[in-house]
Amino acid sequence: MSATAIPVVRRPVWRRLIGFNMLTGLVLGIAGWFLGAWVGGQIAVGHDYLLGTDQNDVGAFVGYLFAVIGWLVGLGFANYPIGRLLGRPPTLRHHELGGWTRYFRLCTDHKVVGIQYLFGVGIFFFIGGLNAMLMRTELLRPIEKAWPSGQYLTLVGLHGTMMIMMTSAFILGPFGNYFVPLMIGARRMAFPRVEALTFWLTPAAGLILMSAIAFGGLPFGWTGYAPLAVEGRGGVDAYVTAFILIAISLTLVGLNLLVTIVTMRAPGMTWTRLPIFVWGVLATSVLMALAAPVLVATMTMVLMDRAANTSYFLASAGGSPYLYENLFWFFGHPEVYILALPGFGIVLEILPVFTRKPLWGYRLAVAGMVGVMLLSFMVWQHHLFVSGMNAGLRPFYMLTTELISIPTGFIFLNAMGTLWRAQIRFTVPMLFALAFFFNFLIGGLSGVFLSDVPSDVTTHGSYFVMAHFHYTIMGGLVFAFFGAVYYWLPKMLGVVLNETLAKIHFWLMFVFFNLTFMPLFAAGFLGMPRRVSAYAPHLQVLNDFVSVSAFVLGFSMLVFLANLVWSLVFARIPAAENPWASRGLEWQVPTPVPVENFERIPVIRSGPYEYGVPNAPAVADFTPAALPAAGS
Amino acid sequence: MSTAARLALVAAGIAAGAALIAYYIASYLTQTPPVVAATGNMPSASLTLQTVASLGFKPHPDWVSYLAKNPAGKWVHSTVLRVPAHSTINVTIYQFDTATGLRNPFWGEPRGIANATMTVDGKPLKVLDPDLASHTFAIPDLGVSVPLKGVADDAKNQCSVAPCTLAEAHTTVKFSFKTDKPGKFRWQCFVPCAAGFPLGFGGPMQSLGYMDGYLEVVG
Amino acid sequence: MTTAASAQIPRHGIRIVLIWLVLTAIAAPLIVFVLGPHLPPGNMTSEAGSQRDANVLLTALLVPIALLVVTFFVYSFVVFRNRTGGIVDGPPLFGDAGVQLLWIVLTGAIVLALAVWGSYTLIVSSHGAGGGQGPSPVDQPKGHEHALPVQVIAQQWEWTFRYPTYGGFESRDLAIPDNTLVAFHVTSLDITHSFWAYELGVKADAVPGVDDIAYVNARHTGFFQIRCAELCGLWHAHMAKKGRVLSLPAFQAWIKAAKQKNAVVQKYLAPYSDVYFPAPLRRAG
Repeated sequence: MSATAIPVVRRPVWRRLIGFNMLTGLVLGIAGWFLGAWVGGQIAVGHDYLLGTDQNDVGAFVGYLFAVIGWLVGLGFANYPIGRLLGRPPTLRHHELGGWTRYFRLCTDHKVVGIQYLFGVGIFFFIGGLNAMLMRTELLRPIEKAWPSGQYLTLVGLHGTMMIMMTSAFILGPFGNYFVPLMIGARRMAFPRVEALTFWLTPAAGLILMSAIAFGGLPFGWTGYAPLAVEGRGGVDAYVTAFILIAISLTLVGLNLLVTIVTMRAPGMTWTRLPIFVWGVLATSVLMALAAPVLVATMTMVLMDRAANTSYFLASAGGSPYLYENLFWFFGHPEVYILALPGFGIVLEILPVFTRKPLWGYRLAVAGMVGVMLLSFMVWQHHLFVSGMNAGLRPFYMLTTELISIPTGFIFLNAMGTLWRAQIRFTVPMLFALAFFFNFLIGGLSGVFLSDVPSDVTTHGSYFVMAHFHYTIMGGLVFAFFGAVYYWLPKMLGVVLNETLAKIHFWLMFVFFNLTFMPLFAAGFLGMPRRVSAYAPHLQVLNDFVSVSAFVLGFSMLVFLANLVWSLVFARIPAAENPWASRGLEWQVPTPVPVENFERIPVIRSGPYEYGVPNAPAVADFTPAALPAAGS
Repeated sequence: MSTAARLALVAAGIAAGAALIAYYIASYLTQTPPVVAATGNMPSASLTLQTVASLGFKPHPDWVSYLAKNPAGKWVHSTVLRVPAHSTINVTIYQFDTATGLRNPFWGEPRGIANATMTVDGKPLKVLDPDLASHTFAIPDLGVSVPLKGVADDAKNQCSVAPCTLAEAHTTVKFSFKTDKPGKFRWQCFVPCAAGFPLGFGGPMQSLGYMDGYLEVVG
Repeated sequence: MTTAASAQIPRHGIRIVLIWLVLTAIAAPLIVFVLGPHLPPGNMTSEAGSQRDANVLLTALLVPIALLVVTFFVYSFVVFRNRTGGIVDGPPLFGDAGVQLLWIVLTGAIVLALAVWGSYTLIVSSHGAGGGQGPSPVDQPKGHEHALPVQVIAQQWEWTFRYPTYGGFESRDLAIPDNTLVAFHVTSLDITHSFWAYELGVKADAVPGVDDIAYVNARHTGFFQIRCAELCGLWHAHMAKKGRVLSLPAFQAWIKAAKQKNAVVQKYLAPYSDVYFPAPLRRAG
């Protein structure tokens, strides 16, 4: 195999720090920020209507632009184009050297990118969670107590934005990148350099978003409704830039996975043999590629309003706040399904393995995902039922919104059919997958209240909405994510996670997730608006209960972290090649997965879920004689 | 490296990273200006404040701001004020800023103060023409709201760097209000006076130490 | 896959349905008769009443659906768990066209019924259900031409209320008469807020430059909570007030007193208008 033929050069640690890596990217990024801020200041002189306010948005945006360029150059993204201009031959090889340092560099191996995503996104997920803990600290008291309200609102914005940004890539990033090529029998993604770029934009976006609090914070939720965002302090510039970066990243992730799945399937991997997780990824990719660019446009308009004195969203100057709400939710609602669909894929992928039964109603599951994908573009105005815009269209959006529960219902029928007369093994991934269905059931059914206009007049903008989407995103996506972590980590990291700690994690998380968010439906019904730092005194008991539950929920994440560190660093029990006895193609390759994945491109012989089928053929033929060898 | 050492190293690394992030966020959450105490004790104390159109020093030299006089007679750039509980607080505000105008004339009526009357340059006043208002001093939870008359736009000798002196053009607003039980109350200027910001509610309007502050009522 | 297995299938199904029926028979009356009267937002206005009816009906419909799924899952966990400890394959069932079709028809019927019923209550029986309908409402109650207009003006960070049919006077307090159709005209002076009168069942976004109309008809007198339901900055949580529904004579008296109380600032008020565009700033520096 040609990949292993490349000699790995061992260098001393200090030498490895120099070169095109994360550290260089950070240094050049910070230098770029100062340079950009200065350049932006020069541009703004005499033009910026905000001069005299010490808030130079032109400088901020040019600063962030240069910082991102510096970050990418430092990581080595300029090397390949420059090398090609100088006549070097196209190759991916030099990115794929072994050693631990490749996790901190530009690497085009989809498995390395998957692990980079897992840890990168995970770190920001924990920061977002920390913000939630700090918010719940404030809400222990009905009056403004722990943090000043500007700072509290910044926590709200930071938590929401960080979570939405990071959880959008929560499953497609780590597991989509790592497992889609393995599951479809490919050696790499369609665009490996783009794949590396999508990851390295993510920490840039996260760090820029974190910088918001150094410039006065972002005192609004993740939605950043426009007139408020336009008048906000310098932290809004960070929010806008971070969202633009993450939207570019999501668009590219979507396109990359879409092309990979459509064009790079192994022979015999027909559409009806495609693992259901890959179908989920496919549907999500379409949403990402179509919806995320709208966010880039929306945020660019906010940027213009702030830095270039336009007035897209300022009513007194001829703009309209409705424009922002429409554009934002045109992205925002498909975004919700960007979060949900990969979760569907994962739980339906896990269920057959631990019921030892075929996925019941495979075509129905595919139809469900594609149906959700299509409908998700036609419902966005249900976020605006009381906004006073297009009141005559409310029945239409009520109908489309409720129609989504039909394809979503398919997923539940698939699960129920798969459980029917099964041989259920309650492993940790299975527990998370089953909890997903319980949480998503509550989340989905509470959504029906919000889709019904008369009921929505009460629940809109209240804690009821907040509880609803935490049930679908946290209870759905995050539970599916942890299911995937426990299911696939043995293959990704080559170690076994401690099962006792994993079960403690699961039960704490499941119980206290429900204890945290179930009472919030009541809080919303009782009239508590979202994003408040002070609330009516009679709601204090409820809120204190929620806060304490939330702290335990936060603690359960630390159990997971301890488990990960313990298993990965200390115990290091090597994982079996196929510990779950799964028929999935990804489990048929050795652990750790070789750089080229497959010695030869396999020929798929049967579907991935044919458990219990008498005389079912092996899932694939790994040594087909007729096909060319690797490295061609 | 032994496994124990490796574990310790990783745990220390994670702890250091977490501590760094926690410090970064916590330092933001807890940053408040210094506390300035009122002069005098129960049952009556006095507060002396001034407002300036532009602070003149870092980090935001062009921002509009309040300043407070501490018992030693020194002007402090802060809006966190400490007053005694169950007392009459006599407030004197020297206004060095010009008028912005009220968006809603309701803020032009002083409320929650003794006799419902403030004195502006020595003359009692029941309501202020909204066009003449420059700022308000409002503590919503105590029901206090007082409009502050701005300096005429064409006044000579306008102040541009804080702290301003009484030799510069100003108006003097005096009023008193009563405090009840101890607590921490937020106060705010409700005039959209953040010059240059869209809608006038950006920057200093949203920042503690400028047009937004705390009144700490202590027992 | 022989006779034994096929004899088993209907038994599981019937058991699950029976358990579900029992649970539903217990839950549904509890929801309708015990929980129902306490569901928000109460019965103060006909709009609030229609919202509460929606909440009761949805809860009574959705809880049984949730119970069905949960019953199925829990039953499966108990009955279909692997007891051998080893890895044993289940029966290779790939799907059942009949069951799938039935499921599609059932969910489709429920969804369509919900949409039709929701549209009916919205348009015909509750006339917009107290939600903001924008400057030209489509779901207008009978006699809307004679509704009492009350303008709600939001700004950072305060509500004020204006009564154009009483000389356009403005007040910091809100009072409305009972048994009278009231049209709230909600607008904003700066950024987007949302006027939420909880017990009235009214929620309408306050958008600058937009006259957002919501109708309400109070059935009895009392207090109601006013909140801001759209994040509007630093004092968002503090845009809370108490409003009052008064009997018509008490309302007339209140108007008189409020006019007097606010007389001192009335001469400075801008002329009444559907929307207001205060200059962003009257000076540059």
